[in-house]
Amino acid sequence: MDREISLTVNGESVTARVAPRKSLVDFLRETLGLTGSHVGCEHGVCGACTVRVGGEIVRGCLTLAVQADGAVVETVEGVSDSGEIAALQAAFLERNALQCGFCTPGILLTATALLKENPAPSREEIREYLSGNYCRCTGYQAIVDAVETAAETIRGGGR
Amino acid sequence: MSDKPLSIQDLPNSYIGRTVPRPNARRLLEGRGCFVDDITLPRLAHVAFLRSPYAHAEIKSIDFAAAADCPGVIRIVEGREMAKHCTPWVGVLSHMVGLKSAPQYALAVGRVRWQGEPVVAVVAQSRAQAEDALALIEVEYEELPAVVDMETALDAATPLIHPELGDNLAFERKVDAGDVDAAFAEADAVVEETFHYGRHTGVTLEPRVTLADYNAGDRKLTVHMSSQAPHMMKNIFAVHMGIDEDDVRVICKDVGGSFGIKIHTYPDEMAAVALSIMLKRPVKFLADRLESYTSDIHARDHRVTAKMAVKDGRITAIEMDDLTGIGPYSVYPRTSAVECNQVLNLVGGAYDFANYRAVGRVVLQNKNVMCQYRAVGHPIAFSVTEALVDLAARAVGMDPAELRRNSVFRDDAYPCAAASGLKFEGLSHQKSLEKLLTLMDYDGLRREQAELREQGIYRGIGLATMIEVTNPSPMFYGIGGAHISARDGVTIRLDPTGGVTAATGVTEQGQGTETMIAQIVASSVGVAMEKVRVVTGDTETTPYGGGTWASRGAGIAGEAALQSGRALRSNILDVAAAMLQADAAKLDIRAGKVVDADSGAERITLSDLAKTVYYRGNELPDGISPELMATRHYSPRQYPFAFTNGIQACWLEVDVETGFVKLLKYWVVEDCGTVINPQLVDDQIRGGVVQGIGAALFEKCEYDDQGQMLNATMADYLVPMAAEMPDIEIGHVATPTAESALGAKGAGEAGTAGAPAAVANAINDALAPLGAKVNAIPATPERILMALGKL
Repeated sequence: MDREISLTVNGESVTARVAPRKSLVDFLRETLGLTGSHVGCEHGVCGACTVRVGGEIVRGCLTLAVQADGAVVETVEGVSDSGEIAALQAAFLERNALQCGFCTPGILLTATALLKENPAPSREEIREYLSGNYCRCTGYQAIVDAVETAAETIRGGGR
Repeated sequence: MSDKPLSIQDLPNSYIGRTVPRPNARRLLEGRGCFVDDITLPRLAHVAFLRSPYAHAEIKSIDFAAAADCPGVIRIVEGREMAKHCTPWVGVLSHMVGLKSAPQYALAVGRVRWQGEPVVAVVAQSRAQAEDALALIEVEYEELPAVVDMETALDAATPLIHPELGDNLAFERKVDAGDVDAAFAEADAVVEETFHYGRHTGVTLEPRVTLADYNAGDRKLTVHMSSQAPHMMKNIFAVHMGIDEDDVRVICKDVGGSFGIKIHTYPDEMAAVALSIMLKRPVKFLADRLESYTSDIHARDHRVTAKMAVKDGRITAIEMDDLTGIGPYSVYPRTSAVECNQVLNLVGGAYDFANYRAVGRVVLQNKNVMCQYRAVGHPIAFSVTEALVDLAARAVGMDPAELRRNSVFRDDAYPCAAASGLKFEGLSHQKSLEKLLTLMDYDGLRREQAELREQGIYRGIGLATMIEVTNPSPMFYGIGGAHISARDGVTIRLDPTGGVTAATGVTEQGQGTETMIAQIVASSVGVAMEKVRVVTGDTETTPYGGGTWASRGAGIAGEAALQSGRALRSNILDVAAAMLQADAAKLDIRAGKVVDADSGAERITLSDLAKTVYYRGNELPDGISPELMATRHYSPRQYPFAFTNGIQACWLEVDVETGFVKLLKYWVVEDCGTVINPQLVDDQIRGGVVQGIGAALFEKCEYDDQGQMLNATMADYLVPMAAEMPDIEIGHVATPTAESALGAKGAGEAGTAGAPAAVANAINDALAPLGAKVNAIPATPERILMALGKL
């Protein structure tokens, strides 16, 4: 039986009826058309579906839409439009820290969480923090480089 | 953010050899790409498949009466019904002499031959409803003995997978060059070993996905696919669905990783297309991760026994026996004989020796199918060769770098041919080797290694010399009857805005195809990068072409872009000369303007020129027929392939108590001819190396003796993650191919080709003082501890 949920997604109030079994990422993609969060494994390993719920990054495939009732949800589209991840995006573009781009939204949100916790991470700390996000294309080095660069930019007052 | 438009002084050709960011990366960085699963259409239906739980079984009965009553179910189809709408295919090519396979159906008919083979398709309003219905379908199977072990696949007692084929041997090839027996008899040392290479798979982060949209009104089929080869798929859909090929359109927008996985004919995708035609509505199939592991092609399941002879400090002979199991079918249309064939071609390919004997056998099994995955055959060939080189060096007391230095083709030896028959136009093994040894400080590392060994720390250095097949000519597939274009074209159009649009048949999966094409077009026409738009991935709007595989994008479409840009430039200058009453030879195009070639003074902008041509053609002199569009094609003809070469080195530490390997540093020197965008090339190499490291250390599709895949989840099938990967330093030597004006060769697969060999050699180098060696990859901690006698 569908249940009604109300939540805030990227600053907009949303009310919808959803099946209890529907994952948060499927709800965002299929119901709201926010297709920036990707579905890679549906068992919480790859990180492509990473979104923010109540300010914390979660796996959108392991979170049910009904669990987000009343929550504040943010996706890659939202943090792009707000400018929050502009420094990371600029560094990723400049360093080519993405190839196919399927993992990229999850990596950007994860890197954002890292830089909030630790504004000056070492390369090893970046690698460790991102070790729950698959990237099959880049070999990770470009991503580590870009996160390092973005951290410097943000520490210098940019974002 | 991006480079500023280049100044006039920088042009011409200034974008070639320059790092510029990828314009198409911006949308991906905002989550605004368009992957196939992002597309919705009116009346879109979803298909899910009931798949065989057995590796080998007779289908006795199928009952889907209960499933048909489930909410949202639109149609349920089994194999015999599906075969009326989608004809079976056979994965053979005539140049793979003797290759045999059996007809493969979109849904199994009568018998299932691997765990994961699709048996019943359920179409429903949603994927969840389709899966609900699957659970109610009753299939009665009679399990048959499964052919799992390739070593016994040809035994008389082993059941036949396709009785009509007479045996389980799909393909066999033999090579015998020079006098192998004499070379071994005369050798200073002979080393021999048996190697095992694990079956693994591509793990594209975006699973395979196909959205077929048949419009019964105009009888046209549009298929949105995550694919590397849209024109090839257009032909295949037409042939097997019985529709006119001209009525099929294949669109590939963003593709979430491919690596050779998304270039084959998959039964579930064929079924989805057939269902769209049957139901006259759009139907989508999206593989879930379990389906990816059990139905995306696998690769690399090889057992190789090989030996090498060394005399006077040089390699003189190699003999090899390669056995590989490919699953129950040779995959269509590229065939599953190619990997073994490549192994036979490539073994020893960097070394100048004359005596080579090899046999390769490709056998059928009841496991998922195997076919071409990034660097097809190369990782096996170089793992075998390079392991033997290290063993041989040890046997004759030489440094492994020294034996390579003595044995590679000399840089002044070209053109020349390998013992296997491969033809080389121009390579740089000697320069590349010396550059690598300097880059990594080889002697310094050897000293460090020796000092650390005194302290009980076991570090190893692994070298891997390699070559790579790139820029394939029609000799790769077309000659054998495959409808796969070896030729690619680029059409460039100048619009009244002064903007330039380039359309090409090669495709983008994130490697930077569109950026590379834009760089060449901007340079050859004479406009800023920002003025160039590139169209790929649509059979309706791009020149007919092969797509992206075998590292062909830059070398083949890049050359077409260069020639097409030059042709458009010439057309524009002819118009400008007529308009300006000037000599075309004294004009030039720079930064979007026609200028006097000598003074650089602006004469007319391309925008103004194009506006005149399109809007006010009456102002043009009589007799002028302006063509602001040009197309050129390119296909290599002198050489079957433009080989590249490279050498890789790995520096790692083995924990001899736990068997864990820590990668410390990695170096690559690569010669891919003219480099168009250094950053894109280096990142292709890095990403490729990391996939090769995955093969060396982590990745293996584990099967039990019933043919059940045991680790078909991302949690169980391990791939390289950020924390374990080293930084990779890259150097270049450039030997452009003289066959094209651009001189570019491919770079997409080199990393994957050499990395397993370099990592395995480094592990064995670390273990050598303990008298241990590992001859199987992935070199897991378990295998290392077993080699050390600790397990």
